[in-house]
Amino acid sequence: MKDRDERRACYLTVRKEATGYCLGENISGIRPVNNMINNYLFPESTLEAVEMLKSLNGEGRIIAGGTDLVLDLRKNKFVVSSLVDITKIDSLKNIELTGDKITIGALVTHAQVASSRLIKDKASVLAKAAGSVGCLQIRNVGTLAGNVVSALPAADAAVALIALEAEAEVVGPGGSNFVRVEDLYERLFTSKVDSNSQLITKISFNALLGKQGSAYVRMTLRKALALPILNAAAVVSVSNGTFDWVKIVVAPTNPIPTICKEVGKMLAGAQVNNQTISEAAEYLSNNAVIVEDIRANKEYRKEMIKVITKRALEEAVAAVS
Amino acid sequence: MEKKLLHFCLNGEEMEVQVDPSASLMDVIRDDLEMTGTKAGCNTGDCGACTVILDGEAVRSCIMPALHVMDRNVETIEGIGSPDNLHPVQEEFVESSAFQCGYCTPGMIMSAKALLDKNPEPTGEDVREAIAGNLCRCTGYKKIEEAFLSAAKKVNSKSS
Repeated sequence: MKDRDERRACYLTVRKEATGYCLGENISGIRPVNNMINNYLFPESTLEAVEMLKSLNGEGRIIAGGTDLVLDLRKNKFVVSSLVDITKIDSLKNIELTGDKITIGALVTHAQVASSRLIKDKASVLAKAAGSVGCLQIRNVGTLAGNVVSALPAADAAVALIALEAEAEVVGPGGSNFVRVEDLYERLFTSKVDSNSQLITKISFNALLGKQGSAYVRMTLRKALALPILNAAAVVSVSNGTFDWVKIVVAPTNPIPTICKEVGKMLAGAQVNNQTISEAAEYLSNNAVIVEDIRANKEYRKEMIKVITKRALEEAVAAVS
Repeated sequence: MEKKLLHFCLNGEEMEVQVDPSASLMDVIRDDLEMTGTKAGCNTGDCGACTVILDGEAVRSCIMPALHVMDRNVETIEGIGSPDNLHPVQEEFVESSAFQCGYCTPGMIMSAKALLDKNPEPTGEDVREAIAGNLCRCTGYKKIEEAFLSAAKKVNSKSS
């Protein structure tokens, strides 16, 4: 058998001659996963994972699904020598309801969240958001916790988790603590969770009760494999035709996804009708810090924020049983 | 670079392969094991040509480190049928002319098999969701969807 590198180099040359360009060349080196990686470890417990990271002294990084990480490694966003694969830790694989609290383990995939009866019933905003990520093959592998750690501007699942006021348990050398998902964004594309020394073990939030409803709406160019131009997650509580409280997140704005507190104040105690919902939508459109990028310019997003906010609030109200 | 021993089950056969810790599953399947049915397309997890089945779920093998499948079950296009004994999905792809260049076909077929194994009576919507991550740049998706649905009927009539 010819040496793999040699054959691959030969393949790339042939392909470049035939087509004039070569996708593989844009990636550092010719290997799909970064060349620097020379070790791959399987801890059997969270504690062992933290110990491994500690002994690797910043040279190791947690991998769960790896759908974002592998691409980041190729782009040299992270340079590490070892991957610490947590997929053999069984205690991180469950979705549980304890009292009114739903807890999702760090290895639960988007596909599992999207198809979970419990999540569909008690936090439909999250089921819908997780079901919108990438495509089925990505959702089958990528984890909810990974979505939070990747810290993308309009990460579907993270936006829904923020609206649910979810907390993540972050375990590191200094022990474990619970941090609100909203506070885990250091800045865009960078999480406060340092995967070279820490990991998320679970994410938990309150299950929605009878008079509460939620909705997730996203606007994209295609139905699959497209990051949102805009997305919105809304969680509302309604009694006798009046909002008790409203939590709404519209992304990418501000530019880190956060619950819009002003809209919460505007709508708390307000009647549920077209006018109040339109005012909230108008407020967000006028006051949110709007992001401009390859997907849309500011003017378009400003108009569309009204539409998406309105839809999210209306659907959340309609979901109140 | 020091290689690591990867133990896994490929198409029903227990395997032990020495792999680079940096290699992707697609590389190991295609280059080390010389099973080239799994196609290398975009190498960035966008096109779905490299789709294989991992523990019953369709996944992208180009963005998965090979060692990630340690002690797990992997199925590739080579494992689901042979030229003399095609899988019903393969038969229906031929029957419905659901390909032109054929490069996306192994990935499409693996997505179809993963779907049918879980859901023997898929609707058109289920099929479209299952292959939303498999790009075809020549045939279009209509015939592929038809092939999926008629394969489902065939599987069901055989099992009943």
